Amino acid sequence: MLRDITLGQYYQTDSLIHRLDPRTKISGTFFFIVTIFMAKNVLGYAIAAAFLVMCIKLSKVPFKYMVRGMKAILLLLLITVVFNLLMTPGEVMWSFWKINITKEGLENAVKMALRLTFLILGSGIMTLTTTPNSLTDGLEKLLGPLKKIRVPVHEIAMMMSIALRFIPILIEETDKIMKAQMARGADFDSGNIFKRAKALIPLLVPLIISAFRRAGDLAMAMEARCYRGDVGRTRMKPLHYEKRDYIAYLVMILTLVMCIVFGRKIWW
Amino acid sequence: MSIIFNHVCHSYDTDTQLKTDALKDVSFKIDDGEFVGLIGHTGSGKSTLVQHMNGLMLPTSGEVYFDGKDISDKEYSLKELRSNVGLVFQYPEHQLFEATVFEDVCFGPKNLGLEKKEVELRAFQALKLVGMKEELFYQSPFDMSGGQKRRVAIAGVLAMKPRVLVLDEPTAGLDPKGRDEILELIKKLHDEEKITIVLVSHSMDDVANYAQRILVMNKGELIFDDTPKNVFKHVNELEQMGLAIPQVTYVMHALSEAGYDVSTDISTLPEAVTEILRIKNR
Amino acid sequence: MSLIKSEKLTFEYIRRDEEGNVEGITRAVDEVDLDIQQGQFIAILGHNGSGKSTLAKHINAILYPTEGSVWVDGMNTREEKKVWDIRQTAGMVFQNPDNQIIGQVVEEDVGFGPENLGVPTNEIWSRVEESLKTVGMWEYRKHSPNKLSGGQKQRVSIAGVIAMHPKCIVLDEPTAMLDPSGRYEVIRAARALNDVEKMTVILITHYMEEVIFADRVLVMDSGKVVMQGTPREVFSQVEKLKELRLDVPQVTLLAYELKKKGLNIPDGILTTKELVNAINNCR
Repeated sequence: MLRDITLGQYYQTDSLIHRLDPRTKISGTFFFIVTIFMAKNVLGYAIAAAFLVMCIKLSKVPFKYMVRGMKAILLLLLITVVFNLLMTPGEVMWSFWKINITKEGLENAVKMALRLTFLILGSGIMTLTTTPNSLTDGLEKLLGPLKKIRVPVHEIAMMMSIALRFIPILIEETDKIMKAQMARGADFDSGNIFKRAKALIPLLVPLIISAFRRAGDLAMAMEARCYRGDVGRTRMKPLHYEKRDYIAYLVMILTLVMCIVFGRKIWW
Repeated sequence: MSIIFNHVCHSYDTDTQLKTDALKDVSFKIDDGEFVGLIGHTGSGKSTLVQHMNGLMLPTSGEVYFDGKDISDKEYSLKELRSNVGLVFQYPEHQLFEATVFEDVCFGPKNLGLEKKEVELRAFQALKLVGMKEELFYQSPFDMSGGQKRRVAIAGVLAMKPRVLVLDEPTAGLDPKGRDEILELIKKLHDEEKITIVLVSHSMDDVANYAQRILVMNKGELIFDDTPKNVFKHVNELEQMGLAIPQVTYVMHALSEAGYDVSTDISTLPEAVTEILRIKNR
Repeated sequence: MSLIKSEKLTFEYIRRDEEGNVEGITRAVDEVDLDIQQGQFIAILGHNGSGKSTLAKHINAILYPTEGSVWVDGMNTREEKKVWDIRQTAGMVFQNPDNQIIGQVVEEDVGFGPENLGVPTNEIWSRVEESLKTVGMWEYRKHSPNKLSGGQKQRVSIAGVIAMHPKCIVLDEPTAMLDPSGRYEVIRAARALNDVEKMTVILITHYMEEVIFADRVLVMDSGKVVMQGTPREVFSQVEKLKELRLDVPQVTLLAYELKKKGLNIPDGILTTKELVNAINNCR
């Protein structure tokens, strides 16, 4: 069922990672991505892996739950591996028919697979331990300096959080309209692509009308509650760094530095 | 024509721990020409129940029969079922999408694969039936009042010439005037067009005045299936389910408690007037 | 001094056809005079299109009169500088429970208003707690609004308004989309606000049973106030209400019919208890 889709795969529990400031987690993810790409040898990957395992352990999110989120990108991972394996020129290890597998190809494939897995798991930790709402809060605060060059950071963050609030409602509504049209004999599942696209009109028109109506209502309700952008606005849940955030930053920088120092090619 | 529910169960998320039973062992039969009221609190399973009537949902166990045929059968044509059992959802005006009223009403019969002439004839008849004036046929449905839009949406289902019409909260959000008009329309469809009606509502007063038989749902179970009179005898049980009985029934109960010898199974105003006058003029 | 006052409040809008040509002018509110005192519970009745919602939106400065004026706590709604003060003084709850909740968590939504007013963080928390407790939704503070029932969502919206510490709350058909138990929850919350917190409540509705507790009832039809008085005064005019195509509570209607049949029953019966007593007395 459509309504079973949950957005932002937040995993509710209480852990050190959950309690970190969202800004720390966003920066942390960024640092980690840089770290992965700095690693050029086994030691470098080991350092990144150690950091990742530590984070997973600290987050108290079951590893199984985390891997479940990866299934969707398995195909992408497979394609990357196969491409790297077959397309890299170099010293041939095995060869049959027209296919050559080179030493460099194998190395690249393993590296890419590791990088991608780390990347997905790393950013997964962020989305699993941070509510979509505090993510937008964190982004707004982090990107705050951009306001000076007239980037509407607050407005973008507000739009993101409103979208997150209304997506489940609109999904449910889609389900409802679809059923209502099916009760009038509409068929959404058969015919060629053009027929199917045309069949979507009775679904999309009411949905768009409804979205506009909701937007109008919401705008009025927000104005009635004195919303006027971020002028003179205070925060119910202001973000501020705690000791644990500073420690986290320290650990992240250390990991990065270690990866740059020990992970270089010459140490191979 | 009959609709039979035979020990129907429906559960969501059967494979996970979130398993919820929306319908639990529901059995009943609706015959040709009946006017049935279906009552239940939000989340009682009544919406799930009506979606089984036209095959938008299929039972996870048990069977639903229409005209003696099991609708879960692989060969069974759900499209045909949907043309026989018209389902009008809550706030049906939210499904309108065409540029004119007339085109929108054509959508249903067109999906049945009928000829253009027949499609237009049916749309015309359906719009006449709901009392829509001809000069409004070629207007945009979006410029109309709430009550008018709802009529158009109901016409959209009627144009499929269903033998059974299921209406989910057809009066929700309308003012008293709009509500009375829609209820009178439904009554007309039943009395004159001989369409079997299933009226889903949480307003006891509406149901008491129109239905010949009431089904009461609570937590996925069918609790009562009886005449309005007999159902409204269960004041306490109904209140516990969050359902209020008609106000006049309350008055009769209060009078009975005050020591009057009145019958308490009265649910409509004229009956109550007669009954009170009876005891007073004795 | 009256809290809300209007003089010859008129609101017109221009109807246009699809090409944007002017088709005509509609007078949605027609010379309405209001005078509402602090602490009153006022109900405004009328069928759809009678102008009652348009009138309500003037109290919150969402709409401005075409002619005439509205004063909220002495502030003229036309004064642009005062608009935020007016909106804080007169809060508003709307019909559709889904389309007025902004937060993804109940407590964050209730905090939205105070945040906009620039209330310091600590005070926001205490206001959120107090408001949620007033409407009986405190235990749901960590819930997602999507998982609540309609009645609960409307109570959250009411909490969101009272957290702004208004003097008056306007409820614009808050129960139109709810089931009976949701309606009961919301009306109970609104009555408690008036009884306990002494807040001025203006309830717009077309359900008659909801207004029998009001101090004063206004009935609107085509933009005009056509009847007003105490619930008893208004509901004793059954014929006139029927003419306006409005419902009369079933009990009132039953009493009226019995009276017509010759029983000696007073006008304007509002509750079952009153009716039973009246029947007792005419023995």
